[in-house]
Amino acid sequence: MSLVLENLRLPLADFALEVNVELAAPVTGLFGPSGAGKTSLLEVVAGLRRPSAGRVQLHGRVLDDAAAHRHLAPEKRHVGYVPQDLALFPHLNARANLEFGHSPGSPISSAKVVEILELAPLLDRRVHHLSGGEKQRVALGRALLASPAILLMDEPLSSLDQRLRQRVLPYLQAVRREFSIPMIYVSHARDEIEMLCDEVLEIAGGQCTRRS
Amino acid sequence: MTPDDWQTLWLTIWTAAAAVALILPPGAALAWLLARKQWPGKTLAETLVALPLVVPPVATGLVLLKLLGRRGPVGGWLYQTFGWEIVFTWKAVVVALAVMSFPLLVRSLRTAFEGVPVRLEGIARTLGRGPWNVFWTVTLPLARRGLAAGVVLSFARALGEFGATIMVAGYISGKTSTLSLSIYQLVQTGQDAHAMKLLGISVVLAFTALWISELLTRRKQPS
Repeated sequence: MSLVLENLRLPLADFALEVNVELAAPVTGLFGPSGAGKTSLLEVVAGLRRPSAGRVQLHGRVLDDAAAHRHLAPEKRHVGYVPQDLALFPHLNARANLEFGHSPGSPISSAKVVEILELAPLLDRRVHHLSGGEKQRVALGRALLASPAILLMDEPLSSLDQRLRQRVLPYLQAVRREFSIPMIYVSHARDEIEMLCDEVLEIAGGQCTRRS
Repeated sequence: MTPDDWQTLWLTIWTAAAAVALILPPGAALAWLLARKQWPGKTLAETLVALPLVVPPVATGLVLLKLLGRRGPVGGWLYQTFGWEIVFTWKAVVVALAVMSFPLLVRSLRTAFEGVPVRLEGIARTLGRGPWNVFWTVTLPLARRGLAAGVVLSFARALGEFGATIMVAGYISGKTSTLSLSIYQLVQTGQDAHAMKLLGISVVLAFTALWISELLTRRKQPS
């Protein structure tokens, strides 16, 4: 993976997110306390927030360049984003949620995603009839089927209890193994980070404080 | 009910429906802009849209009369270009109902759009859908109950319009005689019993429309 966040600046309510880093590991963990700016950073990469300064470059393609007033629309970035609240579409069933971003020529097939994430029994269920863990898997599958160049996951297991976390974690490992999509994985839990990530970036108060 | 009563009822319903159909596209566009975007002159637009709610309907009717009359800037142009006469015809009824219902429609639709989480629209865009596609596949389906309630509510408002309509369309039996205008006319000519019958029909119509609007508003979206 090559994600360059060059002199990136995003003013937030109490501080500014300021990051200057190049991420190259297949899976990078973002670790840090609540309110450190981790979600805001993901939203910048996804194109949902516009930085006030700096550049974002993914695999050599410029997504944001504040100096040149360049901001690529979210739909043109090929950045998959699984937000903390999952944001599944409540008016669609699981199948329609999954297919929402799937184009016919996509290199990732629905059948494979359904198989890896064991989604077949859920496909015809409405979103509000899914459990927390099932929703997580549908949201993950939906992001994968859009064939992203990078997958951003914001504390995907935080709303699940310990038992469910242990059930969903193997699915994330399977995604990492089967799809080889670079990932940025935000979590509070060290065990998740250790299990999934090759590199860890610690963020506090909008600044990168440590890289390991 | 006499054949004339049926004609009055039918005229009232179809002119109200035509008025709502006329204002729905611009009303929805404006409501979306007010709900989702910041733009210069937004407050001015909000105030102008709400104006018919607070200005006396008769005054709004007078403005329409001046604008749409054969010597008015809009009516004059329409007459010379297309040969259309607006005032004191069914067209004037539709325009009056449309203008008077517009604020309520925009307010209701705006609330409906504001009820759709911006976040869902953002996520839809990260999945490769453009803004227009997101509007049709996410915003509109999620706002549909609120939108339907707004449409029914402005239809109900149009059913009962009087002040602006009497100014710009007058009372012409069979042509501009909506329920409210007919009730006024019947009372003026001492036919109180007949007026009461039309009053009953008006109440039933308005009650049904409001009931539907309430049902649509109260039924929650699945979350």
